[in-house]
Amino acid sequence: FLPERSNLTGVRHILLVLSGKGGVGKSTISTELALSLRHSGKKVGILDVDLCGPSIPRMFRVQDNDVHQCDSGWVPVFVDQDKSISLMSIGFLLEKPDDAVVWRGPKKNALIKQFVADVAWGDLDFLIVDTPPGTSDEHISTVEALRPYKPLGAVLVTTPQAVSVGDVRRELTFCKKMGLRVLGIVENMSGFVCPHCSECTNIFSKGGGEELAKHAGVPFLGCVPLDPQLSQSLEEGRDFIQEFPKSSAFPALTHIAQQILDGTSQRSS
Amino acid sequence: QSSGSGDEALRDRRARILSRGLPKQKPIEGVKQVVVLASGKGGVGKSTAADILTYFFLLFLTQTKEVGLLDADVYGPSIPKMMNLKGNPELTLKNLMRPLKNYGIACMSMGFLIEETAPVVWRGLMVMSAVEKLLRQVDWGQLDYLVIDMPPGTGDVQLSVSQNIPIAGAVIISTPQDVALLDARKAAEMFRKVHVPVLGLIQNMSVFQCPKCKHETHIFGADGVRDLAKTLGLDILGDIPLHVNIRETCDSGQPVVISQPQSDAAKAYLKIAMEIVRRLPVPPA
Repeated sequence: FLPERSNLTGVRHILLVLSGKGGVGKSTISTELALSLRHSGKKVGILDVDLCGPSIPRMFRVQDNDVHQCDSGWVPVFVDQDKSISLMSIGFLLEKPDDAVVWRGPKKNALIKQFVADVAWGDLDFLIVDTPPGTSDEHISTVEALRPYKPLGAVLVTTPQAVSVGDVRRELTFCKKMGLRVLGIVENMSGFVCPHCSECTNIFSKGGGEELAKHAGVPFLGCVPLDPQLSQSLEEGRDFIQEFPKSSAFPALTHIAQQILDGTSQRSS
Repeated sequence: QSSGSGDEALRDRRARILSRGLPKQKPIEGVKQVVVLASGKGGVGKSTAADILTYFFLLFLTQTKEVGLLDADVYGPSIPKMMNLKGNPELTLKNLMRPLKNYGIACMSMGFLIEETAPVVWRGLMVMSAVEKLLRQVDWGQLDYLVIDMPPGTGDVQLSVSQNIPIAGAVIISTPQDVALLDARKAAEMFRKVHVPVLGLIQNMSVFQCPKCKHETHIFGADGVRDLAKTLGLDILGDIPLHVNIRETCDSGQPVVISQPQSDAAKAYLKIAMEIVRRLPVPPA
């Protein structure tokens, strides 16, 4: 049963960014993917359902913004005058940005349902849903709430090391159980190139993500290296894709966005 | 208009009624002190630090005979891999689970109860019940310290653990990035709400030294944790650098402190372990 006119009717493609493991760069990848897609002329929204650790507002430097209501529900926060990227996160609803949301499952589920149904996104090419780590209430509720709108699928993020890959392997099983298509795996923090002598050190190992993709039969979207300029951009809420095209993480990030775009054009043709 | 004392009486009554629903704190049988390692943010090095610090407690505290490590991350249990342990726990005659042991540390984790590739797709209530089992239905024996490795976030598991057992102290670990610090702050706030003392902060992944040219890069920023500690009025227990050794040894299931005890990384962890012990209250006799 799909309501005739809902807040998600104008959204062309919905994709989730998942990981079994925390701290692998889901929010980073969500942010950079949104920025890359914007640079390809698309209108993008990001829904941040990480209620305990909402990182997205900060990455766009809009953490102090307020959220307003309109007739159809909540108005998402636009990151600039352009209005090409809009966000919704619990971060905007907290009185102080460092307020802790210490809630049990049922309360979280209720808010997530509201987030999925009651944000007036308008017309979007892509809605990216950034999730917390794991396979818990938030994930089950989000996937179930989005199911009627037929999401494009999920991008899984991992770092190369064994403990991350292990958790992401579990996430793949979760996707299968929930009937969520896996668009591919991203291996993040894959190698660090010393800015001084260009020696590459695999601090978090290398290849684990690629191997998992091969093993599981899902597309491998690429390796993103550790890039201090990327970390800095995110801290300062800057547009990495616009400002650092020569930086080491740029080619990988734009390539991931391109593969997502190619995937959608194949689907509609 | 009610008078001042009337207001107070009302507040007391309200507090008493609200607290009726809360679980009573009961210590785990045989465990002298519980130390909790949390972060708010995922992927900052909790599990890595947890197993190393537990090892140090055992190694360097002469009065310490037995230590335990509980991996409370139900969704992403990392401890089995890091401690090179596998398999279903045996049951004692009293139907308690026997912890798996390696490097002298008794370990329990969700990872021992499920298949390696199976996800735990559970809602909060089931998770709480699993955590309760991991706490109370384990034959820990007599432990001087039980270190609990918390999952990321500030939700069901953290609440259940904090409300059910008395905790001697919590240590919060973070990397210098803004987003990690934000979550570390929330974790500190959460512990304050549930009346668990925070012993201090650990700054992890503080700096990376290129093995070839020794150039230092602050990949994730610099000193963010120091600033946060100052704001919150907490101590920094120590800094841990990024080093390939740490990850390599975790992947192979042998903590860096055992395979490379003289390394900078091992020394950094040792210092932190000593600081934690200094700040813990005197254990009960």
